[in-house]
Amino acid sequence: MLTLHCPYCGVHADETELASGGEAHLKRFGPGASDEEFEGYLFMRENPKGVHFERWRHAYGCGKWFLAARCTNTLEVFGTYPAQTTEPPQHVRDAISAKRPGWKWREFS
Amino acid sequence: MSTRLAKGGRLVNRGRKVQFSFNGKNLSGFEGDTLASALLANDQMMVGRSFKYHRPRGVVAAGAEEPNGLVNLGEGNQLEPNQRVTTTELFDGLSCTSQNHWPSLEFDIGAVNTYLSRFLPAGFYYKMFMYPRAFWKHVYEPFIRQSAGLGRAPDAHARDQDTYEYFHIHADVLVIGGGVAGLQAALTAGRAGLRVVLMEQTAAWGGRAVVDGGTIAGKPAQDFVDAAISELQGMPNVHLRLRCMGAGVYDHGYVLGYERVNDHAPKQAGPRHRLWKVRTAQVISATGAIERPLSFAGNDIPGVMLAGAVRDYVVNFGVSIGDRTVVVTNNDDAYRTAIVLKEQGLSVPAIIDARASGGGALADQARALGIRVENGRAIAKVKGGRRVTGVAICAQAGEGAVLEEIACDAVAMSGGWSPVVHLWSHCGGKLVWDAPKAMFRPNPDAPPTGADGQGFVICAGAANGAFDLAEVMRDAAQAGAQAARAAGASNASDAAPEADSVVEAPLEPVWLMPQGANIKLRMKSWLDFQNDVKVADVQLAAREGFESVEHAKRYTTLGMATDQGKLSNINGLAILSDALGQPIPQTGTTTFRPPYTPISMGAIAGEARGKIFQPIRRTPMHAWHEAQGAYFEPVGQWRRPYCYPRSGETHGQAVSREIRQVRNSVGMLDASTLGKLVVKGPDAGRFLDMMYTNMMSNLAVGKCRYGLMCSENGFLMDDGVVARIDEDTWLCHTTTGGADRIHAHMEDWLQCEWWDWNVYVTNVTEQLAQIAVVGPNARKVLEKLGGMDVSKEALPFMQWADGQLDGIAVRIYRISFSGELSYEIAVDAGQGQALWDKLQAAGAEFGVMPYGTEALHVLRAEKGFIMIGDETDGTVIPQDLNLHWAISKKKTDFLGKRAQERSHMADPNRWRLVGLETLDGSVLPDGAYAVADGHNANGQRNMQGRVTSTYYSPTLDRGIAMGLVLHGPERMGEVIDFPGTDGKVYKARIVDPVFFDKDGEKQNV
Ligand SMILES: [Zn+2]
Repeated sequence: MLTLHCPYCGVHADETELASGGEAHLKRFGPGASDEEFEGYLFMRENPKGVHFERWRHAYGCGKWFLAARCTNTLEVFGTYPAQTTEPPQHVRDAISAKRPGWKWREFS
Repeated sequence: MSTRLAKGGRLVNRGRKVQFSFNGKNLSGFEGDTLASALLANDQMMVGRSFKYHRPRGVVAAGAEEPNGLVNLGEGNQLEPNQRVTTTELFDGLSCTSQNHWPSLEFDIGAVNTYLSRFLPAGFYYKMFMYPRAFWKHVYEPFIRQSAGLGRAPDAHARDQDTYEYFHIHADVLVIGGGVAGLQAALTAGRAGLRVVLMEQTAAWGGRAVVDGGTIAGKPAQDFVDAAISELQGMPNVHLRLRCMGAGVYDHGYVLGYERVNDHAPKQAGPRHRLWKVRTAQVISATGAIERPLSFAGNDIPGVMLAGAVRDYVVNFGVSIGDRTVVVTNNDDAYRTAIVLKEQGLSVPAIIDARASGGGALADQARALGIRVENGRAIAKVKGGRRVTGVAICAQAGEGAVLEEIACDAVAMSGGWSPVVHLWSHCGGKLVWDAPKAMFRPNPDAPPTGADGQGFVICAGAANGAFDLAEVMRDAAQAGAQAARAAGASNASDAAPEADSVVEAPLEPVWLMPQGANIKLRMKSWLDFQNDVKVADVQLAAREGFESVEHAKRYTTLGMATDQGKLSNINGLAILSDALGQPIPQTGTTTFRPPYTPISMGAIAGEARGKIFQPIRRTPMHAWHEAQGAYFEPVGQWRRPYCYPRSGETHGQAVSREIRQVRNSVGMLDASTLGKLVVKGPDAGRFLDMMYTNMMSNLAVGKCRYGLMCSENGFLMDDGVVARIDEDTWLCHTTTGGADRIHAHMEDWLQCEWWDWNVYVTNVTEQLAQIAVVGPNARKVLEKLGGMDVSKEALPFMQWADGQLDGIAVRIYRISFSGELSYEIAVDAGQGQALWDKLQAAGAEFGVMPYGTEALHVLRAEKGFIMIGDETDGTVIPQDLNLHWAISKKKTDFLGKRAQERSHMADPNRWRLVGLETLDGSVLPDGAYAVADGHNANGQRNMQGRVTSTYYSPTLDRGIAMGLVLHGPERMGEVIDFPGTDGKVYKARIVDPVFFDKDGEKQNV
């Protein structure tokens, strides 16, 4: 039963208020994309033991989607941030680096 | 015999007798007794039989770790199996029966298994029941079911009369365990001003220290306990709870507490159990330690008990287990039991100490009391059947050659103590092997971590491996201060009251007694008393290659009983390690999972049962439907009328009547549950073009269009009519079950993909009531009300108009899900019933009647309209349903477009929608499969299609169905076979799915 801070309404939300939405920072591929690109977008997911980026919705709160950087092993939360971005903001990356030096996740580090 | 002593028992009130019954026998105990102490006071040592061999079983422990004392408690609606006698408080009128025996506890047929035990080794079930395969269903499975399970399941018709509830609470420091360590930790954190919750699973504060003696701050432990409780009760920031067990520790400081509010007083008002849902910054686990049995032959015979438990029964309840008690130990603590017994005037024929060098100060004290102490000795075997009659003594270093026999009627055993690390381990806390004390204890460097990556559980006192009273108090104060600081208090003090120390000689690990016990002895040396796992079984598992402790556990069933191995696990894995020739830490422990002891299903359910099991959504006209005697069906959380049976009608007859009325005159449907999403903004049209497979941006204001929604994976997920309200506003209808899901789906794409598009989505489903007026006379009904022009010219098919009907503001959509002339009228929810009443009155001359969801389904099926969830199941694409016309070819992109370009989606062999008509007019079974020639690789008949919707059509007076069939639309007129589960093969002809009014003349008038 995780708790995550909603970056929109500021509530420190219990997992029962949240809906998980899988991996964050997916790049959409539509018509015109190759089979490989489309497969990667739709099906290929990271499954790390460690730093991970996820989508969460404050479903029984403000209703907003936000993104969370956390450790799948220890469940430590490095930061949450609004979903309207294609990459983790610098302050979140710095927070991860402070705890997990040398981390890498997809093209981010 | 076990009996009540003339005096003593700090927890019982001898002035107040309590009557209870066991197996129909009327017995009496005292207020403050547990069921175990009361049974023992009545010399009822034997309380059950073991699971596999049905061996006689007596009480072994005095607390939550008890493996044997499980009873069926209560009767009828109150019956609850597997209730532990050691944690059940006695109350007047308690009635219980023992378990796992037939026909009686004293004489049990299944006990014959014990004579077969050498044919029932570890893994017996796996080996025996594999072959021959045909035996499984008719021989083995019935046999296993007959003999499986300990308690009796309550009668299927019994209903729990008790109530249960949840408490939600936030804390800074949650202390679990109300012994002296927990009390000290709570004092430390409480004095720092933090919100503290202290839970104790039993009915009394103080834990072991008050039994074992010793002084704190120069006074008896009990004085410290009394003073601590009084101080804590005076702190407004501290919450104390007795009879409340810390059941489980979960992520980020979430803890479940299980409070048995009224178990001890069933007549008291209020809930029986309460589940505490705690969010806390820090947890202090002051859960104490559990004594380990010793493994010697006959250690399961009733009368053999943990040494600490023997002491508990004397000190707490004034109950002696026997007149002559032999104490057997590998440590100093058990000497306390001998001393207590001797001081009570009971006989202790000998203390058998496995250590060659013997004990320390406590041993000297025992000798001074005149007790015979034998060092380097062991029990070769216990004599007796249903009760201990004596012990045979041998050298611990040998193989069991008997030196002497000592008559006794009880054996108090101690193999050392294991810290209760369960709560520490639930959420990932790691353990270290403490070799000198031969125990696993919490590794303070690897605690369970919270959201901030820091530890949030601290163990204190015996749970942390501190057994000496002075050390316990220091450790607890430190734990309290550490938790307080972590929870944000800067003023926490480490100061601990002084306590006296007893210097104890070191324990010597003894995992088998005697050390070289032969196979005969090992086959009688029990590890798991409830599940009948012996030393020899674990050794066999190791020989057969079950080297992982988790595998050995499942193979032997060690630790899988209802006590979850609280007594057996450490001994078992020590035996396993020895058999594997590896050190104990390398073998490791099995996983500790919550709950710590079983909690009631009632507590888990809480108040969510019966009418408030889940929220129910009702339309504005719900009460009217109820008054009409509607038969409701659940649709998501909505309750919708399935049909409105009249007196003497079956549901089927009611449905047929409703359908005929709609086809011939006019009917009314409460369509309020239909999802209604307003999509608005400069980019709304562009957004809807992405959401729907067809074009919505070019829909003219005032018009409606049927739309399909696919997932990004290409599968059809919802459908409904979309209306263009004004330049930048659309209203999207969804299916009843889809409103919230589709709303969330739209929000997801708007917030996470196209966040720069200017669109708002609002779910207005509950703001509006919606009434469908359907049938050839529908227009006449609306015209009677008057107020707006509903003629074909003013309001043609697939258009909408705002206006008033008899003074009520409405929006009317001319859309049809039945193929009839149909008006769907949306009105403010508060006006729903008023409009419904007016329409009923106006329709009276046409015989208007309400129709339910089943009529709705048949009406749409007669027209070949698809239904999400019937024709679709998450694997169906619009093309399968011949809905190509609703898929835009002009649009460069929409959700699902790229997915539908994949080769599998364009495969001509995908099953496609057709109508199905049985040759004899009967109704095809729902979900039936059409078989094809030949068999697949698994020997099953090949398939060529399946039924997706099937009904009796009163309009056509025959069965009609839709289905997905291989090459279906190209096979019109062909007859295919649908074998039913009733043994009959249904022959059905492939036909056009539009069964009625193929040209749509009726709806377009
Ligand atoms: Zn929020």
